[in-house]
Amino acid sequence: MRVLALAGRRLAASLPTLLLILVGMFLLLQLAPGDTVDALMAQMGGGDAALAQELRRFYGLDLSVAERLGRYLLRLVTLDLGFSAIYGKPVATVILERLPATLLLMVAALSFAFFLGLVLGVLAARRVNRWPDTLISTLGLLFYATPSFWFGLMAIVLFSVHLQWFPAGGFYEVGSGLTGLALTLDIAMHLVLPTLTLGLIFLAIYLRIMRASMLEVLSLDFVRTARAKGLTETRIVTRHVLRNAMLPMVTLIGLQAGTMLGGSVVVETVFALPGLGRLAYESVVQRDLNTLLGIVFVSALLVIAINFLVDLLYAKLDPRIVSGG
Amino acid sequence: MTEFSRRDALLLSSAGLIPTGAMAQETPRRGGILTVHFATEQRILNPSLQASTGVYIVGGKIQEALVDLDEAGNPVPVLAESWESSPDGKTHIFKLRQGVTWHDGKPFTSADVAFTAMEMWKKILNYGTTLQQFLTEVQTPDAHTAVFKYERPMPQGLLLRALPDLGYISPKHIYETGDIRQNPANTAPVGTGPFKFVQYERGQFIIAERNPNYWRPNLPYLDRVVWRVIGDRAAAAAQMEAGQILFSPYSSLAISDFQRLSRDARFEVTTKGNEGNARTNTVEFNHRNPVLADVRVRKAIGHALNIPFFIENFLGTFAKVGTGPIPSVSTAYYPTSGIPQIGYDVALANRLLDEAGQRRGAGGVRFSVRLLPAPWGEDISLFATYIQQSLQQVGIRVEIVRLDAAGFLRSVYNDWSFDLATGWHQYRNDPAVSTTVWYRSGQPKGAPWTNQWGWQSDQMDQIIDNAATEVDADRRRALYADFVKLAQTDVPILTPIEQIFVSVFNKRVRNAANNPRWASSSWHDTWLAS
Repeated sequence: MRVLALAGRRLAASLPTLLLILVGMFLLLQLAPGDTVDALMAQMGGGDAALAQELRRFYGLDLSVAERLGRYLLRLVTLDLGFSAIYGKPVATVILERLPATLLLMVAALSFAFFLGLVLGVLAARRVNRWPDTLISTLGLLFYATPSFWFGLMAIVLFSVHLQWFPAGGFYEVGSGLTGLALTLDIAMHLVLPTLTLGLIFLAIYLRIMRASMLEVLSLDFVRTARAKGLTETRIVTRHVLRNAMLPMVTLIGLQAGTMLGGSVVVETVFALPGLGRLAYESVVQRDLNTLLGIVFVSALLVIAINFLVDLLYAKLDPRIVSGG
Repeated sequence: MTEFSRRDALLLSSAGLIPTGAMAQETPRRGGILTVHFATEQRILNPSLQASTGVYIVGGKIQEALVDLDEAGNPVPVLAESWESSPDGKTHIFKLRQGVTWHDGKPFTSADVAFTAMEMWKKILNYGTTLQQFLTEVQTPDAHTAVFKYERPMPQGLLLRALPDLGYISPKHIYETGDIRQNPANTAPVGTGPFKFVQYERGQFIIAERNPNYWRPNLPYLDRVVWRVIGDRAAAAAQMEAGQILFSPYSSLAISDFQRLSRDARFEVTTKGNEGNARTNTVEFNHRNPVLADVRVRKAIGHALNIPFFIENFLGTFAKVGTGPIPSVSTAYYPTSGIPQIGYDVALANRLLDEAGQRRGAGGVRFSVRLLPAPWGEDISLFATYIQQSLQQVGIRVEIVRLDAAGFLRSVYNDWSFDLATGWHQYRNDPAVSTTVWYRSGQPKGAPWTNQWGWQSDQMDQIIDNAATEVDADRRRALYADFVKLAQTDVPILTPIEQIFVSVFNKRVRNAANNPRWASSSWHDTWLAS
């Protein structure tokens, strides 16, 4: 019950922020030249002015900016995200269709980055300034400095074109009629390369943070006490250091969840995945305001939820931190 | 006309059995899935409502038009078996094919044609609204005759060359109730074509399967067509190499990949089959800028561009020097002689600019302009940079302003906030469809790809208007020669490069590229070698 109350309070506190983001986004997009009818004309390759005028009426673009914003916010109160111009469907449906791929990719890439970063960070910290540390740190830097689109394309060239181990793109094999376990495996195969591509960049950050945090905790007094007690080094690391060193890592997850939602545009494009990032990009290019605002809304909710979970996790890791205090 | 059409149909069907290249006399194999690169996902799939290659590439297999084009670019029957026109050009009678059914089993009749023409082509279809502006009614004396009545003369040549793109038929029984724009069939089309719509997953794929009741006996050969949505060009090239897609239409890969894949024995990289989708790269001038209103300045800009050099170094073998608004692939209207050309001549460019009073000032700069490149096509972006560097040599400073699609259209064609713009002019088989609007004055403000330059010529308007209603084919051809001549003399815009879309095929695809709009056509005779 306490948790639920806390969640409710958190949500209420984020409402003004959410409103500010939505209104800001709405106004920002008004500044971009052209509207969704211009974008449609560009797609069609032309059309006459009367047609354009009729389309503007059809999309409700003949109203003033204030009127449109007012209507949008009114609808939002009833949790109606409106109608998507590109998709001809309610925005909520469009986003719901795209959400699974994004969440799957995000969770997979984050877990991959988190756990591998953790392991490598610990390894590097324990052999600090010796060759394993140098090797791990150099690799990390290399991954961090590589642009993700290049990484993705090279992965496709190597693993899909030459070795033919993984499919080159898509979410699952089209028209294969797979179900159940076979479908799950198929989706997993399709997600290997995108997960690696997206995860490797974040891996570098986790690795560096974990290494630094481990080194810091290892120099604290209680570790010296543990050593004095005669504990083995492995036991010290797993029982005493790791838990304390993990706090900054958990913070990072909360911060990066938002980045990953947006940062996957490139990966989704390269691997032709039907995710939210690509949808957001398309909505901007096609000036589909409803869809874009809907995505912002849902993403904001997701980030709020993840940060809430992170707060709960803090309390678990370090009982001295009281959640919601 | 009927006899002629039948013979053409026979020619087409026999030509269709001859595959491209040297592999003649192969027996077509039934079955297989053709996977297609789909780079330009649109909002709808119905070609009676939206005329664009991004719709034809899918909808053109599911729905059919009254006529299509044969290998030589002549109209051939599809849903219309024959046609006849009155001498005054105000009545056109189409005899429709009998025994054709829609994918849901209902018969195809003249009521469908009348409904589509009046409610879709005339009211909603882009370019259709202009083409059918003077269509007053479509009479249906019986279930297999459609009589098109026009208020003003409609040249038969124009109608028949426009209809392959602007003549797709939709089923009346599905569209007659409710708002046409919101009909669910717009993204799940019902047609008469060789392939039946199965599934559309936005941003992922579209599937269509063989129509077992197709009116051409024993066709199509393919079991299925699957379109994969791939936005990234490099990723699409990789999928081509991995064999996940077998055909990439409409220049959707990177120019460097065309050159690379053309050296690979597994692929064919060609402009063949795209002759009906010719385009010219343009340099558009804002004549409201007093400097650019001087024809000597516009010509000087043309003379400053070394087009053969640009083509050779950036576009490769898939482009050639443009000679005017009508591209050379348009055999019916391309003027064979007497077109003034604006060749590369820096000395002449400098002299013309001096004569126009644009002397070099500080740093050798005569004047500055803003150039807006259209965001579609790698070639446009390259050409913009090339224009910038070329004009610098004759003392014109160019600032490139890059915008996305909606921003570009709004800025150039509605706000007129540009000095120079560069993009594509699409030629659609007859100059009256989408070419003369670039030159005719009085275009409503905001209509993209029309004369928004602030340029007007009574003589030009006269020629265009006369040609649009000229029923005699020879006189029409002569009028369009005058049109090209005037366009190259007054130079309201430049059309310096002529291009045709590039297709990339996996060589397993047979009977490919056997008509001038193959990527848009129905693929009823396409098959896959094992």
